[in-house]
Amino acid sequence: MEAALQTNVQTCYHCGDSCEDEPIVAHDKSFCCDGCKTVYELLEENNLCNYYNLEENPGITGKKPVAEARFAYLDDAGVEAQLISFKSDNIAKITFYIPQMHCSSCIWLLENLFKINPGISESTVNFLRKEVSLTYFPQKTTLRDVVTLLARIGYEPEITLANTDGKKTSKPSRTIIYKLGIAGFAFGNVMLLAFPDYVDFTQGLQRTFGSFFGYLSILLSIPVFFYSARGFFTSAWEGIKQRMVNIDLPISTGLLALFFVSIFDILTGRGPGYLDSFTGLVFFMLIGKYFQQRTFDSLSFDRDYTSYFPVSITVLKEDGEESSTAVRNLKVGDRIRIRNQELIPADAMLMHGRALIDYSFVSGESEPVEKVVGEVIYAGGRQVGESIELEVVKEVSQGYLTQLWNDTVFNKNEEQYLHTYSNIAGKWFIIVTMMVAAGALIYWVPRDMDMAMRAFTSVLIIACPCALSLATPFVHGHTMRVFGRNKFYLKNTGVVERLAKIDTVVFDKTGTLTEPSEAELTYTGKELTSAQKQAVLSVLRHSTHPLSQRISLGLSGSALPVTDFQEFTGKGLVGEVNGMLVRVGSASYLGVPAEKQKDTLKTTVYVSIDGVVLGYYTFYNVYRDGLQQVLQGLGDKKIAVLSGDNDHEEARLRELLGKEAELNFNQSPVQKLEYIQQLKARENRQVLMVGDGLNDAGALKQSDAGIALSNSVTNFSPSCDAILDASAFDRLSNFLNFSKTTMTLILMTFAVSLVYNVIGLTMAVMGLFTPIVSAILMPISTLSVMTFATLSVKYAARKAGL
Amino acid sequence: MYIIFLMIAVSVTVAAAFLGAFLWAVRSGQYDDDYTPAVRMLFDNEVPAKDNKSPKEEIAT
Repeated sequence: MEAALQTNVQTCYHCGDSCEDEPIVAHDKSFCCDGCKTVYELLEENNLCNYYNLEENPGITGKKPVAEARFAYLDDAGVEAQLISFKSDNIAKITFYIPQMHCSSCIWLLENLFKINPGISESTVNFLRKEVSLTYFPQKTTLRDVVTLLARIGYEPEITLANTDGKKTSKPSRTIIYKLGIAGFAFGNVMLLAFPDYVDFTQGLQRTFGSFFGYLSILLSIPVFFYSARGFFTSAWEGIKQRMVNIDLPISTGLLALFFVSIFDILTGRGPGYLDSFTGLVFFMLIGKYFQQRTFDSLSFDRDYTSYFPVSITVLKEDGEESSTAVRNLKVGDRIRIRNQELIPADAMLMHGRALIDYSFVSGESEPVEKVVGEVIYAGGRQVGESIELEVVKEVSQGYLTQLWNDTVFNKNEEQYLHTYSNIAGKWFIIVTMMVAAGALIYWVPRDMDMAMRAFTSVLIIACPCALSLATPFVHGHTMRVFGRNKFYLKNTGVVERLAKIDTVVFDKTGTLTEPSEAELTYTGKELTSAQKQAVLSVLRHSTHPLSQRISLGLSGSALPVTDFQEFTGKGLVGEVNGMLVRVGSASYLGVPAEKQKDTLKTTVYVSIDGVVLGYYTFYNVYRDGLQQVLQGLGDKKIAVLSGDNDHEEARLRELLGKEAELNFNQSPVQKLEYIQQLKARENRQVLMVGDGLNDAGALKQSDAGIALSNSVTNFSPSCDAILDASAFDRLSNFLNFSKTTMTLILMTFAVSLVYNVIGLTMAVMGLFTPIVSAILMPISTLSVMTFATLSVKYAARKAGL
Repeated sequence: MYIIFLMIAVSVTVAAAFLGAFLWAVRSGQYDDDYTPAVRMLFDNEVPAKDNKSPKEEIAT
């Protein structure tokens, strides 16, 4: 027993965190905090300890207590109606997004919720989408109880304003699977019927039953033509309407030629037709489309501000009573309470308390901004420190952030990226095909009318660039998967091609180049003795101000008792330790004259002991690991930085990024967006924007490719083309270079498929192209293209170390 | 030789039945999530077996 306890002491039985302070030992197990222990007890009480047998320490840390009063808004019938997907008198159904879900224990527990709350009849997890669909009895339990239960066991569902917008997330489309199924069915059966054609000894069979086989094949091919292949025809038609030639145009001509020549041949009894090739091609090309469609289900790339805002907020009534209200129902004049780390949902005036607002996500300023009573605080900031009271001055929909977002320039003009390799190839393809077909016609017409028609149609059939249309989806699809394995998630396969063309990289500073949670600290001035240091530390320990906490982290030693401690909002601290009067704070608080202040742009904290100013602390940004590596890897690409922060870091950035880089500071979200537009319009550059916050949202949308950097990919990130996990930031240049490599791979695959086309074309113009040749050539060419694309990406990825 | 008509009719019918089954499976949502069911099927059998000699008892003895 001794040993068992000993091994358990280091880590929490529930969440696996190390128990830094004294672990809480209960039920022969140790826990890092009360939260974890409570969850364990709740599970044990309900006989759900299997949770701990499936995986080691599966729990989610309970260190951050959940304020359950927060969920009171869920009792509101209006909110409930917006969230619930189905409700009758007896049952209600709802789907929650739970980003914390991470292992099979999670699945097991979430599917056994009914054991804890009998009011829940069923819960089903979709792990890839990180969703749980619940069915519950409204008579026995309420929505609020369900959510509270989830939050209590650590799986608080993410319910944001976007959920109440009525925009239901669309289910993945199943159409492509239906199409594939039907095409596959027809392909198999038509192939069976066509088989007597292929070999010599069954020729007799073909003579007797040929027409029966033919009619049956036509019957089987009709759904393929009208249903499975429809996407190719509509896409080609859309292209023609916009006077654009895309890859689907030559494909459609090929398919049309195949289908109608076959029907003509069968009906007139000339031959067995090419329906096996027709159905087979549609089947293979649909596989390519299916491959292209698969994306990362659990990630959301098109979020707007509504996914950032919470649904509810604490409102103070006139008698001082707290109640929870939906953010959407906030009215001008409402008094709201914002606690530590909560978001301010509407522009509001500070009424009470000390506001320290962290705007880093919204504006890019790296330090929290201090606000005094009476100032208006814009929505989107996060309060750090004590809880504050505010009075709403503008409704949520009228707020600064919301207005900014609804600005039309923030909406990407959805110009289709038509100039993709395959579309350009498609254009040339159709030109060459038409020329060859016309050539064959001109050559044969005077000699043999019948042969002329056959050569003409066979050219159209064989020139169908089906293998070509498979190359891009397969190469891009595999590339996307390789990136996903390396924590770089693309919205769709088209992004690979845009990444490959990038010649300019624009970075945001705060949170993107810098590590948001860290700051480097330097002390300038007269050296502090260890006794003085201890005194300063003791005073700082009494303050919850983030700057105080950062400095005290940098000082070592134990704290001494402090007498006469006082904190002045927006100024600094004072306290007496061992007879020393310690004052810490801003320059003006300590009476440092303006002309003596140094580094005014930087965040500084001055220290004085017994009335003598000794020196000051300066904060520097900490740049992400691997930044050097990324910058080197970018090579000769143009680099620029757009920062919402002031220019105190200019010298360091210059040193890091080199002379060529363009550095822009104090940029508003609109300025960032305009900068990108300018780069694109005037210098005709292909711009990659890397950002993390709401202030980059416009720039991310305007750029050719926008990457949102996130410390946790399931967290909110502004809408973008790709999400990059911060831990993979050092590989950013590898990703860009690899995208380039994949374009070469596509060209190589094109070359492979062209070989088959040239062989086929040669036979076609000579009038030698027969159903049997088609039946051999077609599967070989598609399969070899698919294999080549798959293997070459795998090989290249291994070589690139991805 | 005319048996071939019957054989082909049977083979196409069987294939069509499978196509129908496939379409039904897609429609009922079985292709929406291809990960969770694979994990879920392991729960009922393996876990209670493990539970019989749970670590709790080992510690208690």
